[in-house]
Amino acid sequence: MNATWSRFNVTSIVLGFAFLYLPIVLLIVFSFNESKLVTVWGGFSTRWYVSLFHNQGLMDATWVTARVGVISATVATVLGTLAALTLTRYTRFRGRVLFSGMVFAPLVMPEVITGLSLLLLFVAVGLDRGFFTVTLAHITLTMCFVAVVVQSRLVSFDRSLEEAAMDLGATPAKTFFQITLPVILPAIVSGWMLAFTLSLDDLVIASFTSGPGATTLPMKIYSQVRLGVTPEINAACTILIAVVAVGVIIASIANKRREVQRQLDEQAAQRG
Amino acid sequence: MSNIAVTDAAALPTAAKPFLTRLGAGFVNRLVIIVPYLWLLFFFLIPFVIVFKISLSQTAIAMPPYTPVLDFSDGVSGFFAGFRDLNFDNYVWLTQDALYFKAYVTSVIIAAISTVLTLIVGYPIAYGMARAPATIRPTLLMLVILPFWTSFLIRVYAWIGILKPEGLLNQLLLSLHIINQPLVILNTYTAIFIGIVYSYLPFMVLPLYSSLEKMDYSLIEAAKDLGCPPTAAFWKITFPLSLPGVIAGCLLVFIPAVGEFVIPDLLGGSQTLMIGKTLWNEFFANRDWPVSSAVAVILLLLLTVPIMLFQQAQARSQEQGK
Repeated sequence: MNATWSRFNVTSIVLGFAFLYLPIVLLIVFSFNESKLVTVWGGFSTRWYVSLFHNQGLMDATWVTARVGVISATVATVLGTLAALTLTRYTRFRGRVLFSGMVFAPLVMPEVITGLSLLLLFVAVGLDRGFFTVTLAHITLTMCFVAVVVQSRLVSFDRSLEEAAMDLGATPAKTFFQITLPVILPAIVSGWMLAFTLSLDDLVIASFTSGPGATTLPMKIYSQVRLGVTPEINAACTILIAVVAVGVIIASIANKRREVQRQLDEQAAQRG
Repeated sequence: MSNIAVTDAAALPTAAKPFLTRLGAGFVNRLVIIVPYLWLLFFFLIPFVIVFKISLSQTAIAMPPYTPVLDFSDGVSGFFAGFRDLNFDNYVWLTQDALYFKAYVTSVIIAAISTVLTLIVGYPIAYGMARAPATIRPTLLMLVILPFWTSFLIRVYAWIGILKPEGLLNQLLLSLHIINQPLVILNTYTAIFIGIVYSYLPFMVLPLYSSLEKMDYSLIEAAKDLGCPPTAAFWKITFPLSLPGVIAGCLLVFIPAVGEFVIPDLLGGSQTLMIGKTLWNEFFANRDWPVSSAVAVILLLLLTVPIMLFQQAQARSQEQGK
C-alpha cells in the first residue's frame, strides 16, 4: 500500500491541510498578541481575553447563543432521528418524495432564502421576533443535518438484531430502546453536536429571525468585524474554536472506546 | 453535512414490512412519520408559499411593510377578490433595473468558477487521502471534517487579516522581496474566490474521497501493465469512476455559493454584486420586503434544477447504501 502512496499524494495532502489550517492557526496566534494591531506581533499577552470577559454585550450574546444552541440541537435531534427513521424504514407512503425533498433541500438552500422565508412566516402568524423564533428557525435547519447523519448509520444497521429481539418476545418499544437506540446512539450524539455547532455558527438565519434582546454571538461578532479586525474578536473566536475542538475530540475518543469495547464483546461472545 | 456522501455501503436485508408494524403499533408508526413531516411542511414549505405571496404585494410604510394580499380576514370571498390586487410590479422592477440582472449573472459565474477551483484544489487532496495507508485514513478524514466544525464566520474573518494590504500575506511577500508594493486582494473578486474555495473545500473533498476510496486500484495497474501512460489512465479510469463524487461535490459547493452572503460581504467589499448580498440589502437597508421576496423567488427558480439534481444524487446514494 505504501508504494502506491506517492510523493505527489503526500505533497497534495500536506499542502491541502496547510491551506485548511493555517488561517485558523494564525487567528489563534494573534489572539495572544500584545499589540492592538492584529497583524503586527507585539509580544505574548492574554489581555484581550481579560477585556473580553468585561465586554457585557459579548457575554450576553454568548449566553443567548448557548441557550439557543442547546434547546434547538436537542429538539432537532429528536425530530431529525424520527425523520431518519422515516426515510430508511418506510419506503412507501404517500408524499415520501416530498418528504425526502424537504429533508435534503435545506442542506443546500442558500441561507438568505431560508432566513427570509422563516421571518415572513413568523410575521404572518404574528409571532414576535426574538429568542423563540431563532430557536424554531435553528431547529428547522439543523434537524435535516441530524437526519442525514443518523440515516447514514441506520442504513448500515443489521435489522436481524431487531427481528431476533422481537422473536424473543420484546415489544417494539423495548426493541427500539434496547437494540436500535444503542446502536445508532453514536450517530445521534454526533448529530446533536453538529446541530449545536451549526446553531452556534449561524449568522444569516439568526439575523433574519432574531429580534431585540436576542442578539446571538455570530451577530455580535459580525457587527464588530464590519468595524474592523480587533484582537478581542480573535480572542472570542479562539474560545469558540477551543470549545468546539474539545467537544469533537472528546466525542471521537468516546466513540473509539465504544468501538473497541464492542469488538471485545463480540470476540468474547464468539469464544462463548 | 459531512456524512452525506460517507454512507456505509453495508448489505442490509430489506425487511418486507415497515418498522414496528409487525406488532400492530400503527399509531406509533404514523407518529414517527407525521411529526417531522408536519414540522417541515409548516417551517420549510409553507414559508416559501408566503414568500411568493408577499412578492406579489406592494411596499407600504407600515409594520409589516407590505400591503396584505390574499388575506382570509375578509372571508373566502375576500380571498378571491384579492386576486385582483395581485401585482407583478416587483418582478417588472427586477427586470427594469439592470442591477438585479447583473447580480444574478455575477453570482452564477462566481459560483461556477469557485466550484471548478474547489474541484481542482480538492481532487488531489481526496485522491491522496484515498491512497493513504488504511491505518491513517480515519485521522485524515477527521482532519478534513474538523475545520467544518469551526465557525464559518470565523474562518472567513481569519482571511481578512491575511489578505488585507498590511496583512500577513503581503508582509511575507514583501519581506521575501517577491513584491515591491502590497498586493490589493481584499475587496476584490479574487478574495471571494479564495473565501469560497477555503470555506467549501470539505464539502468537495468528502464526496470525492468516498467515491475514490471505493475504487478498485487494480484497474490502474492493469492499464499500466498494458502500456497506458498514467495521465491517460487517470482520465480514462479514475476520473470517470469518481464522477458521482465529482457531481455531488460540485452541487454541494455551487448551490449555496450562488446565494452566499457572508463571503462577498466581508471579503468582496462594497462594490461586489452578488445576489445574496443584494437580497440582504433590500431587506435590511431598504426595508423593501416585497422586492426582497421577489429576489428570493427568482433565486429559488434559478436553483431549482441544481437542487433537484442534488436530491436525485442523494436518493441514489441512499439506494446504493441499502
